[in-house]
Amino acid sequence: MNSLKTKRRIRLSLSYVLIILLCVCAVYPALWILMGSFRPGKSLYSKTLLPEHFTLEHYRELFNSKSILFGQWYLNTLKIATFSMIIGVLLILLTSYALSRFRFKGRKNAMSILLILGMFPGFMSMIAIYLLLKEMHLMDTHLALIIVYAAGAPLTGTFIAKGFLDTIPRSLDEAAKIDGASNWTIFTRIILPLSRPLITYVALTQFVGPWVDYIFARLVLRTKENWTLAVGLYDMVSTNQNSNFPAFAAGSILIAVPITILFMFLQRLLVDGLTSGASKG
Amino acid sequence: MDRLRNRATALSVLSMGLGQMYNRQFVKGLLMLLAWAAGLYYLINNLGTALWGISTLGEVTRHRVNGKFVDGDHSIFILVQSLITLMFFLIFAYFYVMNIRDARRIAAGREEGTEPNNFEQTVRYILDYKFAQTFLIIPGIGILFFTIMPIIFMVMIAFTNYASPNHIPPAKLVNWVGFQTFRDLLLLKTWSHTLFGVLTWTIIWAILSTVTTYFGGLLVALLINQQGIKFKGLWRTILILPYAIPQLVSLLVMRNMFNGEFGPINQYLQYFGLGGLPWLTDPFWAKATVILVNMWVGIPVSMILIMGVLTTIPRDMYEAAEVDGASGFQKFRIVTLPMILFTTAPTLIMQFAGNINNFNAIYLLTSGNPVKGDYQYAGATDLLVTWLYKLTLNQNKYNMAAAVGIIIFVIIASFSIYNYRRTKSFKEEDMIQ
Repeated sequence: MNSLKTKRRIRLSLSYVLIILLCVCAVYPALWILMGSFRPGKSLYSKTLLPEHFTLEHYRELFNSKSILFGQWYLNTLKIATFSMIIGVLLILLTSYALSRFRFKGRKNAMSILLILGMFPGFMSMIAIYLLLKEMHLMDTHLALIIVYAAGAPLTGTFIAKGFLDTIPRSLDEAAKIDGASNWTIFTRIILPLSRPLITYVALTQFVGPWVDYIFARLVLRTKENWTLAVGLYDMVSTNQNSNFPAFAAGSILIAVPITILFMFLQRLLVDGLTSGASKG
Repeated sequence: MDRLRNRATALSVLSMGLGQMYNRQFVKGLLMLLAWAAGLYYLINNLGTALWGISTLGEVTRHRVNGKFVDGDHSIFILVQSLITLMFFLIFAYFYVMNIRDARRIAAGREEGTEPNNFEQTVRYILDYKFAQTFLIIPGIGILFFTIMPIIFMVMIAFTNYASPNHIPPAKLVNWVGFQTFRDLLLLKTWSHTLFGVLTWTIIWAILSTVTTYFGGLLVALLINQQGIKFKGLWRTILILPYAIPQLVSLLVMRNMFNGEFGPINQYLQYFGLGGLPWLTDPFWAKATVILVNMWVGIPVSMILIMGVLTTIPRDMYEAAEVDGASGFQKFRIVTLPMILFTTAPTLIMQFAGNINNFNAIYLLTSGNPVKGDYQYAGATDLLVTWLYKLTLNQNKYNMAAAVGIIIFVIIASFSIYNYRRTKSFKEEDMIQ
């Protein structure tokens, strides 16, 4: 009995060491860039992780500078990300619900097509989308980006969503159907509440997408006032390469913070065992 | 007694909706008639131009009229417009056929004495029995116009000579050239050498990056989910951090961290008395760095996904295993692992495909560099996608880029479809419950 206990203790302490090591690796780059953004001067190089004294001048520079319209880019990105997330999540859920719960002609083909289409490199379609948006007079508008992101959402999220919905017991649907529920009621009252971890995951990926997408944003948005953060940040790196590293660091922090907070706030939903007892009740 | 059936068919061939009206479905018939009129109006105006455009790609080059340049046909615009019209035509034809079949079916029902559905009943019928198809129309339209149409367009581009310096509209016309682009890509020494070099690295990269992140994520998830580990929420929160930071930011930050001269990584190595490594400038180390950084970015995603699956595994499965006297490892092998693999198999394949096309991980970190002298516009860490990107945006070799895209796609797609259809979640998805 005693040897079992020591074995368990060794296993646990090894696990803790490993976990702490992993945590250090995970946090270090973030810490480094955070410290970098408070460091006076303009250089990338520093002797220590902690700066000698802290300064906020780089953050001030972001919002007061004539060439960096950081506040404007921020609002643009927030708007685009929110709308494309809402539409994208809706489309993904509808598609995966239909594919997971219904058996109809051409279903397997539809899934194969979806899978194939997801494998084309996104910017193989870049030129065509550019021309299409020009046809629709949507160049340099945020609406265009929202449409492009939302339309592409089912390709990226459907399979994960379908895999999750497959694990929700079908006996629940059948019970509801016997009680006279319509398909729509089943979707909103049973499937949606049970897929909260999934919805969180999909919503986050859809929200983060526009924050990090450089390729399409650069293609569609032409005037500086309309840019998103990704375009702005990349521009900051490429125009003054290494000459103003702390300003880039400060910009990075401001881009990363809302997403990181949102994520930390929502992650509980990801891991709640929502379906663990559903089949029994 | 075939009169009703034949009349309804004839009327619906004549015009969409007439057959339905004949069947006393007036609201439905009227809606279809209006849609038909609008569609026909559009097609009459555009179909002729579209057929001309797609076969010739424009006939008039930029020319001089009274000493001034006048723009001729813009081949690429013509191609896109023609494609949109032709796609619209196909959708229209499909609905036309469906309309005829619908009218005939309902008339046949009437002959046998069934009353046709009124409008309210029709809507109910669609919601109850055609729910899935109806819902799929909305994402379907988005995919049609923003994914399928562009892909068809790019496939067509591969069969033209749309490339700088000689065939860029509006100054010059673009022509169909058949398989010439593919012939150049596979048979010209300079191009084929680059293609096979980049292809080899792309496959190595995709396998290594998928395996490292997936099993890394699995191990971390199991490590934290062990019984007896305290502060699970805290560890999870900290380890999720790399995923929560937008890739654009973290990869650009990594690019600075691995900087050979000023980056902190080499600083630490020197501090411990080790020489700095050429992380991003040496072909071998650049490849290693890319894989390493990708693990940092990718493991949290797999970890969350697998943790999510772990919570959906029904408790009774473990209880049943315990009753049968299973040890911890047996429970893992018989319950946990199959459930995780079942749920995440499609994701794993999608991740593999995603890694083949992982533009961000490469372009933001190394830009495909260090440059290789014997490659055509490519570097040592360039994947096929980043090569495509360079060919398209920097070199304007559109036809070559499209051809590269098609060749890769054929290889990847056939492999992935085969693999995916074999996985359990595709074949036996009805068996898990």
